[in-house]
Amino acid sequence: MAAPAAAGAFEGIDAEREVIWGFTRPQIITFGLMLAFILVAPFFLYPVFLMKVLCFALFACAFNLLIGYVGLLSFGHAAYFGMGGYLAGHAAKVWGATPEVSILIGGLVAGILGWLIGMLAIRRQGIYFAMITLAMAQMVYFFCVQAPFTNGEDGIQAIPRGNFLGTVSLSADMSMYWLVAGVFIAAFLFIHRVINSPFGQVMKAIRENEPRAISLGYRVDDYKLMAFIISAAISGVAGGTKSIVFGIATLTDVFWSMSGEVVLMSLVGGLGTLFGPVAGAAIIITMQNYLAEFGAWVTVIQGVIFVLCVLAFRRGVIGEIGRLLKVRL
Amino acid sequence: MDFFGIPAPLLFGQLLLGLINGAFYALLSLGLAVIFGMLNVINFTHGAQFMMGAFAAWMLLNYFGIGYWGALILAPIIVGITGIILERLMIAKLYKLDHLYGLLLTFGLGLIIEGLFRNEFGSSGLPYRIPAELQGSWDLGFMFMPIYRGWVVLVAFFACLATWLVIEKTKIGSYLRAATENPALVQAFGINVPRMMTLTYGAGVALAAFAGVLAAPIYSVNPQMGSNLIIIVFAVVVIGGMGSILGSVLTGFGLGVIEGLTKVFYPEASSTVIFVVMAIVLLARPAGLFGRA
Repeated sequence: MAAPAAAGAFEGIDAEREVIWGFTRPQIITFGLMLAFILVAPFFLYPVFLMKVLCFALFACAFNLLIGYVGLLSFGHAAYFGMGGYLAGHAAKVWGATPEVSILIGGLVAGILGWLIGMLAIRRQGIYFAMITLAMAQMVYFFCVQAPFTNGEDGIQAIPRGNFLGTVSLSADMSMYWLVAGVFIAAFLFIHRVINSPFGQVMKAIRENEPRAISLGYRVDDYKLMAFIISAAISGVAGGTKSIVFGIATLTDVFWSMSGEVVLMSLVGGLGTLFGPVAGAAIIITMQNYLAEFGAWVTVIQGVIFVLCVLAFRRGVIGEIGRLLKVRL
Repeated sequence: MDFFGIPAPLLFGQLLLGLINGAFYALLSLGLAVIFGMLNVINFTHGAQFMMGAFAAWMLLNYFGIGYWGALILAPIIVGITGIILERLMIAKLYKLDHLYGLLLTFGLGLIIEGLFRNEFGSSGLPYRIPAELQGSWDLGFMFMPIYRGWVVLVAFFACLATWLVIEKTKIGSYLRAATENPALVQAFGINVPRMMTLTYGAGVALAAFAGVLAAPIYSVNPQMGSNLIIIVFAVVVIGGMGSILGSVLTGFGLGVIEGLTKVFYPEASSTVIFVVMAIVLLARPAGLFGRA
């Protein structure tokens, strides 16, 4: 569903030619701008806020890998995000693991969870896929409510940030920021690499025409499952990073409304665009920050944005910019 | 009287609770199935509309002095009309697009409705009294059955039956089934398919609101009452498959009973058992129990 009209529409244009690492010229410029922003921003903006944006941007990128490039709408990505957060928090606090190991454990467990749920979900398509992922995520939520290691309503609190590689203390926000930025950029480039690999080409073929991909001899289910696992694992990394940053992992991160939020971020930024989820996450998190005092109105406003995006703004911010500049971002 | 070491009142009490939950699953999944069959939209707003039904009953009582019996008729009509407005203004614009956009739109609408009600009424529940005629309970010998709960199961069952009769046995229903199969052809015969879609959405929403009125005296009337229920109903829909009306009714009641029994024998799993059943069904029969692949 990810604006298939946009894909392929600019083929043959000079700007489409790959310049380096699978990036086209406009994409490498945008990437450079994003990189520069990440490097400079903490000196002007509150680093904790930026870290939150980066964690959610990564989460949205992982989600977008499925919806934008395989055409699968998962409505249960909170399960991987939240589980990654819990496991990373548990590893750091109870097992005393270093932050980078904790985050990896979060990603690993989320990937395994994605493997289990993905196996079930890929048996159906379209809206059924969305409903199954939502239902399984709700099951994970109930599991987290009851499981002893999550501490139920209290969540895991006072998770230590620890020392990076056992040596560099991350208790200062700035040092923590560079780890988060590093995780984000590495995962972002990894996702980009996946999309531009032969594997990614098959993913896109499935999105465009699944029966045809099957008739060409691709084992479509294997590709879908692999994409699902990658997406879940990266969501887990994002969730793990978030719980290390904030020192807390709670039920909010596994609840269905979180799944809705990541859909919203990707939709606002532009489904199926490389930079859309990042922009979308920045927009939604900023909005939440400024609107926090309005309480329940945040939900209403999010709903309104959903409705407006679906009715009138389906390309999203980055998608629209790309359309105006006639490039794919 | 004991069953497997479980005292009978406990067992039958939970069975009855299961049947009541099942009644709501059945009514809601029925509405979802009817809407999906005609509009090809999975109505994520369904939970919010269920909640609106309960609130409509509460408002009719507290603002206009209209009691339960009036609300049972009026609330579905009112909420159904709001559904028709939503369909005309927004949902109808998406029929030509991928189905997933319909899901995203209705999800957003659900957020708006739930948020508005939470702003107005807060998160804590509002009480709604059981009507005088249905208070008290019957002594069935092995257990006491609150009359209202028996009434809910019965009414929900007949509402499902009536929906089935309308769809399978009436002329309107035959148009509906035909339009579900091939809308273009039905339109060529001079039947106003877009209007049928609007009315179908209104009817499905009214069914959700009807369930909401039934639920009002049992659960406290609160803005979140629909959103948690609807996810379970989605699982019910996946289990049953949306191909058959009776199938979704049967699945709804059956899963309610399974949930109730789980509460007796293994309470820790009662909140997840339906999702486990869904996983098993997906492994064994991916199209759902009554679905067509």
